[in-house]
Amino acid sequence: MSGGTDRSLRGAVAIVGAAESERIGVVPDRSALELHVESARLALADAGLGIGDIDGVAAAGISPVVVAHALGITPTYVDGTMVGGCSFLVHVRHALAAIAAGLAEVVLITHGESGRSRVGAPPRVFDPASPQGQFEAPYGPVGPPTLFPIGVLRYMQRYGLTHEQLASVAVAQRRWAHQVPRAMFRDLITVEDVLASRMVAYPMHLLECCLVTDGGGALVVTSAARAKAAPGPKPPVYVLGTGEASETPLVSMMEDVTTSKAFRLSSARAFAQAGIGPKDVDHLMIYDAFAHLPIYGLEDLGFVGRGEAGAFIAEGRTSPGGELPLNTNGGGLSYTHTGMYGMFLVQESVRQLRGEAAAQVPGVEVSVAQGVGGMFMAAGTLVLGTEATLSG
Amino acid sequence: MSQTATEGPRSSGPGKPVPRPTPETAFYWEGTKQGELRLQRCGACRQVFFYPRSSCPHCGSTEVPWFVASGRGRLHSYVISHRAAPGFEDEVPYAIALVELEEGPRLMANIVGMPQTPEALVLDMALEVAFEPRGDQMVPVFQPAAGGAASGAGA
Ligand SMILES: [Zn+2]
Repeated sequence: MSGGTDRSLRGAVAIVGAAESERIGVVPDRSALELHVESARLALADAGLGIGDIDGVAAAGISPVVVAHALGITPTYVDGTMVGGCSFLVHVRHALAAIAAGLAEVVLITHGESGRSRVGAPPRVFDPASPQGQFEAPYGPVGPPTLFPIGVLRYMQRYGLTHEQLASVAVAQRRWAHQVPRAMFRDLITVEDVLASRMVAYPMHLLECCLVTDGGGALVVTSAARAKAAPGPKPPVYVLGTGEASETPLVSMMEDVTTSKAFRLSSARAFAQAGIGPKDVDHLMIYDAFAHLPIYGLEDLGFVGRGEAGAFIAEGRTSPGGELPLNTNGGGLSYTHTGMYGMFLVQESVRQLRGEAAAQVPGVEVSVAQGVGGMFMAAGTLVLGTEATLSG
Repeated sequence: MSQTATEGPRSSGPGKPVPRPTPETAFYWEGTKQGELRLQRCGACRQVFFYPRSSCPHCGSTEVPWFVASGRGRLHSYVISHRAAPGFEDEVPYAIALVELEEGPRLMANIVGMPQTPEALVLDMALEVAFEPRGDQMVPVFQPAAGGAASGAGA
């Protein structure tokens, strides 16, 4: 067994604590570090654990050393893996390996970002000698909206995706957000509304671009054995499969701009480890920094065929009442997007599997969270399940 | 304002980002100052690659000699930014494009000398390299190919 598909690790660890910061959206009275720390306290309480129970800490954006010290934890396992917004899914994967190898027992994974208010946020530094500085920055990109969607027109030409179908991604997710009190944007919208919103970077309109918010979240991961021996207040959510991959730091260097190689590699490993396929998935989260990501994700993870995702979403098949509930918190387009949104994918998967989501889907036993880092730079995938799926 | 067909490569534009070469990329940036787009072709597997590196990303060989590319390519994909990066304030909206070179690799570039509109910027249109002064460097950009077709480029 190699390549991260060892099925003996299926269900070896569980998420026993999960929480978001008390408030998300506009939180100018919390620093980025405090959003990590507050989320950590809430996740520990959710798990029925205290700081003395934690021997491993993982974080991105702020060093796990800083987060651990602020909390009063002296960890003997630290993971500062920083591969963008999917880092927290990758932290879960690394925690699985560490716990299975006996290197750690209870791992705390934290996220906090003052993405909107920039309180105590690290400065955005730029190096003109980096590959990006030499080969992309001279052409005038203005952050992710002008880089991440650079392959969309090629995708449209290759597969016939229409502007209306692309807009329907935002419409579908707003239908979910409409049911979610914590979502930043909740009013129902139409395809016409999306296409009438300000053009940010053709072909992407404002409503096809993610929010910029403040917020945090944290997870507590431990062995399935410990979760069973010392049950907490909430049902454990088992990690059935995990994957990670990185492709390129430069979106301009993607092997094929109509598909994410990192999505494909990461999700294939996660499905193989879990021993399931897309048809077995009840609920799906795909990191939606922009409207084209759920389209790429549905295809790269194998939920639909090449070129089919736009119509699939436009037909309402991922909307409330559809066969494949997708981004049920409203996603980065409507719920929240702190900058490294991946933590919120996992939070919503956990809520759905516990049966406590705001827009709860009936009978969710298997949920998949697909994260992206950078601009198709990296990916992390988690296949999560209820206790009933352990025998699967 | 959009570029018009009569405009050539844009002036350096104060404040535009200036690339800073590293020892591994210096030969590339020396080339642009001489009006050459220099690429590397692996001596072991013969694949051409971009961006400049000390070993071949296809096979790992460190035998990666340079050659001068034709400068011809095709418009692979793009966005049209309605926000201005520093130095680009007078050019909004402007296209940030991917150009597929005749030799295979793709690179990011601006497309100059033509309107920055979806109607004008047709995928797969033939392009040729030009060079734009930028600080102490010359930055490769692309313009519509003379005659409108890139000879030798695949469909
Ligand atoms: Zn080679």
